[in-house]
This record gives sequence, structure tokens and C-alpha cells, in this order.
Amino acid sequence: MSATARGGNGTAPLVSVRNLKKEFPIKKGVFSRQVGAVKAVNDVSFHVARGETLGVVGESGCGKTTTGRTILRLLEPTSGEIYFEDRDVRALGTRDLRALRRDMQIIFQDPVSSLNPRMTVGAIVREGLTIHKLAEGAAADARVSQLLQEVGLRPEYATRYPHEFSGGQRQRIGIARALSVEPKFIVCDEPVSALDVSVQAQVINLLEDLQREHNLTYMFIAHDLSVVEHIADRVAVMYLGKIVQLATADDLYREPLMPYTQALLSAVPVADPKSRKERIILSGDVPSPASPPPGCVFHPRCHHPAKDVACTKIVPPLEEKTPGHFVHCIKQPPTTVSWEQQKEVGGVHPPERYLPLAAVHA
Amino acid sequence: MASPLLSIRDLRTYFYTESGVAKAVDGVSFDIGAGETVGIVGESGCGKSVTALSILRLIQPPGRIEAGSRIDFEGKDLVTLPDEEMRNIRGNRISMIFQEPMSALNPVFTVGDQVAEVARIHAGIGRKKSWELAVETLALTGIPAPEERAKQYPHQLSGGMRQRVLIAMALIMKPALIIADEPTTALDVTIQAQILDLLVHLQKEFGTSILMITHDLGVIAETTSRVIVMYAGEIVEEASVTELFARPHHPYTEGLMHSMPHIGHDQERLNVIPGTVPSPTNWPHGCRFRERCPYSWDLPEREHPPLYDVGAGHTSRCHLAREPQRRNHPHEPLVVQEGVGAA
Ligand SMILES: Nc1ncnc2c1ncn2[C@@H]1O[C@H](COP(=O)(O)OP(=O)(O)OP(=O)(O)O)[C@@H](O)[C@H]1O
Ligand SMILES: Nc1ncnc2c1ncn2[C@@H]1O[C@H](COP(=O)(O)OP(=O)(O)O)[C@@H](O)[C@H]1O
Ligand code: SF4
Ligand code: SF4
Ligand SMILES: [Mg+2]
Ligand SMILES: [Mg+2]
Repeated sequence: MSATARGGNGTAPLVSVRNLKKEFPIKKGVFSRQVGAVKAVNDVSFHVARGETLGVVGESGCGKTTTGRTILRLLEPTSGEIYFEDRDVRALGTRDLRALRRDMQIIFQDPVSSLNPRMTVGAIVREGLTIHKLAEGAAADARVSQLLQEVGLRPEYATRYPHEFSGGQRQRIGIARALSVEPKFIVCDEPVSALDVSVQAQVINLLEDLQREHNLTYMFIAHDLSVVEHIADRVAVMYLGKIVQLATADDLYREPLMPYTQALLSAVPVADPKSRKERIILSGDVPSPASPPPGCVFHPRCHHPAKDVACTKIVPPLEEKTPGHFVHCIKQPPTTVSWEQQKEVGGVHPPERYLPLAAVHA
Repeated sequence: MASPLLSIRDLRTYFYTESGVAKAVDGVSFDIGAGETVGIVGESGCGKSVTALSILRLIQPPGRIEAGSRIDFEGKDLVTLPDEEMRNIRGNRISMIFQEPMSALNPVFTVGDQVAEVARIHAGIGRKKSWELAVETLALTGIPAPEERAKQYPHQLSGGMRQRVLIAMALIMKPALIIADEPTTALDVTIQAQILDLLVHLQKEFGTSILMITHDLGVIAETTSRVIVMYAGEIVEEASVTELFARPHHPYTEGLMHSMPHIGHDQERLNVIPGTVPSPTNWPHGCRFRERCPYSWDLPEREHPPLYDVGAGHTSRCHLAREPQRRNHPHEPLVVQEGVGAA
């Protein structure tokens, strides 16, 4: 088992993912001939330990949602392995898959479109109880009341419809629905991105309280780095379908060895007019995941001073630079891709440590 | 101080809906000087966009700008200006950049055409000339290979590039004022940094005034010189950007600042502002922030606070200006559970 798939404190991880790939075919013409593929998730491996929060960040389209949905088998993976506890998720039949759905839930970004407008709040929260035969009749009513209270809503709201609620309240309804089946693992897909900061803070605090009370494990997807730093124990940074850095939240912010992470952190506007940091401004846009650049996916935009032609030829392994800190970069020492190998493909700049903290931290 | 470029006095914009009169903007007054960047910040539903749309007179029925409101711009009152003259100001002297670049562009015309059209309408110049000007303006916004890009359609461009096209449309007539309503909210943080950089650069280069509307205090801190905080259809605080961040006075501003997580300064638990913005058809009497405020006492309940002068060009709509010792006695706000059944 690779180091990335090892559980925290030596215990077996709750979720482990190895070499996961998900491609979406690009079709053209009257016969819908396949002319290519979007490599939405391109060979990622990671694990989530029991009780931890793994944050996943990256720009839109980098594959965060696809990774989350593939783990839950809401999308079929193209290849790779997914284990939940000791279950091989890819091998499960319909019945076992239904049981798995009780253990793994998802909360969506858009609190408006993820709730059926024709169902009352009570019916939405109750649905999971019925499907999984957890409670019926008066017992189900009582459980719905209890769940609504737990997420900070009044039990009377059970008879109302989603459109009567604000964004933050709708997100609470989505959380109550996910909690109803007593899951072990919840994929939170940008649950606070559509909310105002004040309401965002309410929802984040709620998710943290629930995690503590129910010993939940989260995969928390976001594009806001400050939110992820706050909530996550470890963070995976994705770029063009790859994990390019994987580290504890502390290490990631203190020592962002991946040049892409440096640029991401540097771009965050600082709410302090007195501290205007120098800024790494990435030029251009993220390339298309239908034709990702060869070698290191980040090379067309990379600002590492040792970047050279070797970066366009060698796919950097996600390698452990310091204990528990994985980085996809052949120019940040130490690297298993030796200088000799780099020179062979035309490399001219030997690896050198590059950490422009003045541009990264406020 | 020289007379400001834009001067708004007692702006009231109400929507006459079935569920009552929504007082979206309810007595707003502020100025923007030439070459100045003023920010408006506040939660969703506080009246930021309605303020912007009112300046451009883009309010549709059942909404209307109430009598007695004044918007003075370059010697004209925009509230009473004939439609014909207003069309001449829009896109020419005042232009706007919207949040969602895709919906602001026409999918069936090339982006070059759409930028050039603004110049054809307002400068009365021909096809060839306006196309050249469009390409030139696109180049100013940092679009690579502007001649080729100009011939493309909106769907062929990325979100960041579409936002640059909108900036080119806003810029082509060299307006005196650009209103940017959440210009980067739909963009990734790396692209946001590019666009903010561009706006700040263009503002310096052409001396254009900018009204920057955002809910992000980081964007405010990095781009503006003066800040207006809106809550429940009113201005609740106004100060220079350095003064506001150094000494926020209004409990709402304080709450917004404290509820943001800051990179590198993580705290155990985030502070929250309990509850949500009340409904615009039914703003609370007295202080509109009262139910969410940790300092409220009987005075805010009885009396709607005026904008108090708290020094250094800093104003705050909060009775703490009168009884500052109350700040030492915070308590649980009235809204214990989120629940004031939202709009
Ligand atoms: N056409 C309309 N009819 C009725 N009410 C309206 C209309 N347009 C806006 N409002 C109401 O006016 C208030 C202010 O809206 P506005 O769009 O200015 O908010 P905002 O501060 O820009 O919020 P956001 O951050 O979500 O953009 C809201 O309560 C809104 O529901
Ligand atoms: N159903 C789909 N069909 C085709 N392409 C898709 C589909 N879902 C996602 N993609 C593409 O896969 C890539 C990753 O998407 P996604 O996982 O949604 O990104 P993120 O959540 O990080 O924004 C994007 O290029 C996206 O356009
Ligand atoms: S491998 Fe090369 S291109 Fe990729 S991040 Fe490292 S230096 Fe940059
Ligand atoms: S007037 Fe009173 S209730 Fe209103 S914001 Fe100030 S302290 Fe709070
Ligand atoms: Mg997504
Ligand atoms: Mg708005």
C-alpha cells in the first residue's frame, strides 16, 4: 500500500481510493462518434481516515465534484479502486449499493436546485428514513422533528416548502436530509459557496458540531482556501484532474511546496488594507481537461525558477517531500526523479527549493 | 472638496409587490469623487444591486425610484432626466460590469462586434473605425491575440476572458464612472486576482471612478479607498478603507469582519452573525439590525438610529455612538434560532 493510502494513527482508513480515473467521452456528428475524452479525474490516490475532514480545493473544472460523486458511485469510474471500510465499492451490486448509500451521503453546493420544490421539508428529511426502513409513522415524525432541531431549524418548518427558506436555511435542510440515515461519511460539495460570509460561518460551525457529536468523516470540497484551512485536517489540492499537493492543513499553509498552491494562496484577497502582499499572478487560464499538457499539468503556468523542458516531459509523481506532505513537482527537492534523469530529457535547471512566502502569506 | 462626480441624496427605490412594498433602497445618500474607487459591501438582499441599477435608471416595474430621490451626475439629476438623455449616459458616461458575464453577452454576435457596437451607438463612428477601437480596447484589457479573439463568440471564451470583454465594453467610451457589481464573484480566485489587478490598473491609467459592489471584504480592502456598508436598504457605516478596517464602529460591520475565516489566523470556532437579513417588505422598526445585534438595549428598539458622525469622516448608524459604554456589555442576540421565515 502506498503511503498516501495509509490511515491516520495506523488505523485502517474509512475510504481509500487508488488510481481513480473518470473520463467523459466527447461525441460529435450524427453518429455520436467519440472524438476524445475529458479526463475529469486523472489517476488520483488518497484516503480519508475515520473522523477526519479531508479538504479538496482547486479551480472550477479541476475534478473535485467528479471525484466526490465517483466515490459514492453516483458516477461510474473509468478505472481505479475505491474501498469503503472493507467493501470494494466498484464490485457492489444494487442491494449492497443501497446499503452503502446509507453510510455515505452527499450535501450539494446549490441549496435551491438540490431540494424538490414540491415536497415539504418534512417529506424531504423523511425520505431516507422510509427508503432505508429506519422509522415509520409517529416514530418517523419524531425523528424528523429531532433532525430539524439538530440543524437549528424549528420543528414546525416540517410542513413548509423549500422556497419559503433562505439559502442558509435550505442548506440546513440538506444537512438534515443527509444526517437522517446516520451516515459515517459525508461528501460536502461546496456546501457554503453560495452563502454570505455571516451565514457561511453558521453552517460551518454546524457541520463541525455535528461531526463531533456523530463521529462523522467528511470530504469537504471548496474553492475557498480560507474555509478549507479552517475546517480540514488534511487538504488535497487538485489541478486538471490530478492531486498536485496533499498535506495537513498546517503544512499546506506554512509550507506550500507546490507552485500551484503558492499561486492559489497568493491570489486570495486579504481583508486588511494595510497588508498588500506581493502577488503571484498566474497568466492565462486552466488548459482544457480534454487535452491536458504533457509532463507536469501545471507547466504552462508555472513560475518556479527551475522550471524547464524536463517539466514538459516527465509526469511528476505525487511524492513525499517531508513526512505526510506529498507534492507533485520534480523541481522541489527532495525528488525521486533524479537530476540525471531530468538532464536526459533536456533539463537545464537542477531542482532547487522555492518558497516565496512573502507572496503567499499576508 | 471639489463637487463630486456623483452625488446621491435620499435615494428610495421601492418595489410594489403582491406581498407588500419592498423598500429595497430606503434613504441612501453618498458621493463619489472623480477618480475615486468607492466600495459597497453587505449581505445578499441589503440593496447593493438595486442602488446600482437605480443610478443607471434600470429599475423595472413594479419597482420605481420614489419622488424626492436625487442622483446628481455631471450637473444633471438622473432621476428626472428624459429617457432619451438617459440612454446617452448609459454605456457612455456611466457603464456597468455585471456578475455573470455569460448572460450579459449576446451568444449570436462575435465579442468584437459587441464591443464595437457600444462605440457605434455612442460615438457615431462607422463599422471599420469602431472595430479597430474594439480591438484596441480588448488589447487594453489584456486579452491575448485580440484581433483573433474579437472574431470569436462568447461561448468560445473562458469565464475570465468573457469578463475582460465586458470590461472592454464598459471602457470603450472612456466613461467617467464604472459600476462593477460583483465583477469577480463568478470567477476562480486566480482569475479574480487577474481581473482586480486589471481594474485597479485601468482606474489609475484613465482616472475613471469606480463603484465596486461586493460581499467580499478582501476585495474591498484591496481595491477601494472609501467603503459604504449597507444593511436592510440603508447605509449603516461609511469610512475610508483604512479607517473602516482599523476601527469598525457598527456592530454589523464588526460581525462581517469577524465571521470571515482568515488564512494563517485560524480560530477554533467561527464567530457568526445570528439570523438572516429581514424581509424588505417588513424592515424592523427602530434599529434594523437590532434582532441580530449583541449590544441592543431599549434605545435601539424605540428609536431608529441616524447616521452619527464618529470622527475622521467616519459615520455609523448606531446608538453606540451616543452610549459607547454599552459595547462593554454584549449579550445573546434576540435571534436564538435562525428562523425569521425568509423571503
Ligand atoms: N424586482 C424586484 N421585485 C421585488 N423585490 C426586489 C426586486 N429586485 C430586488 N428586490 C428586493 O430588494 C432587496 C435588495 O435587492 P438587491 O438585489 O439590491 O440585493 P443585493 O444587496 O444586491 O444582494 P446580492 O448580494 O444577493 O446581490 C432584496 O430583498 C430583493 O429581494
Ligand atoms: N457529465 C459530464 N459530462 C462531460 N463532462 C463533464 C461532466 N461532468 C463534469 N465534466 C467535466 O469534467 C471536468 C471536472 O468537472 P467537475 O468535477 O465538475 O469539476 P469541479 O467540481 O472541480 O468544478 C470539467 O472539465 C467538466 O466540464
Ligand atoms: S514540475 Fe516543473 S512545471 Fe510542474 S510544478 Fe514543478 S517546477 Fe512547475
Ligand atoms: S443601534 Fe443598538 S441594536 Fe442597532 S446596531 Fe447599534 S447597538 Fe446594535
Ligand atoms: Mg464542482
Ligand atoms: Mg446584487
